[in-house]
Amino acid sequence: MLDGKKIIILGDRDGVPGGAIEACLAGKNAQVVFSVTSCFV
Amino acid sequence: MDLENQKRVLALAEQHGKENIIVLLGGADAEASGMIAETVIAGDPAFAGALTGVQLGLPTYHILEPEIKREIDPAVYEQNISMMEMVLPVDEIVNEVSSIRKKLLS
Repeated sequence: MLDGKKIIILGDRDGVPGGAIEACLAGKNAQVVFSVTSCFV
Repeated sequence: MDLENQKRVLALAEQHGKENIIVLLGGADAEASGMIAETVIAGDPAFAGALTGVQLGLPTYHILEPEIKREIDPAVYEQNISMMEMVLPVDEIVNEVSSIRKKLLS
């Protein structure tokens, strides 16, 4: 599903941060084109 | 969804082609995650940002959904996600995001 895709990551400081999601994609054939960690406080 | 992020998502969809993009969410609750999914699939429901009236139709999943989890190395998932998986309302989040995807992307 992720193979060859461009990935937009919308993380959440109180949930799963963008960096943690990025780490999961390391080594996969998917390119992270945007990653952000929002804070709703 | 943050107005600045709406602008970025729109620009990236135009740059890379929306058929090539998948959005992954890390939201802490079902409602907020569902709102973001709705925004990047069918447009900003608050009529405030760059995605107002823009139906990008981007496939959107939460990182906790099984379709995504099964694509990730279990050791890497354990190291980066599992702690939050224990404290977040996983079933609510998965149900909300998957139902919005089914409703708006089919």
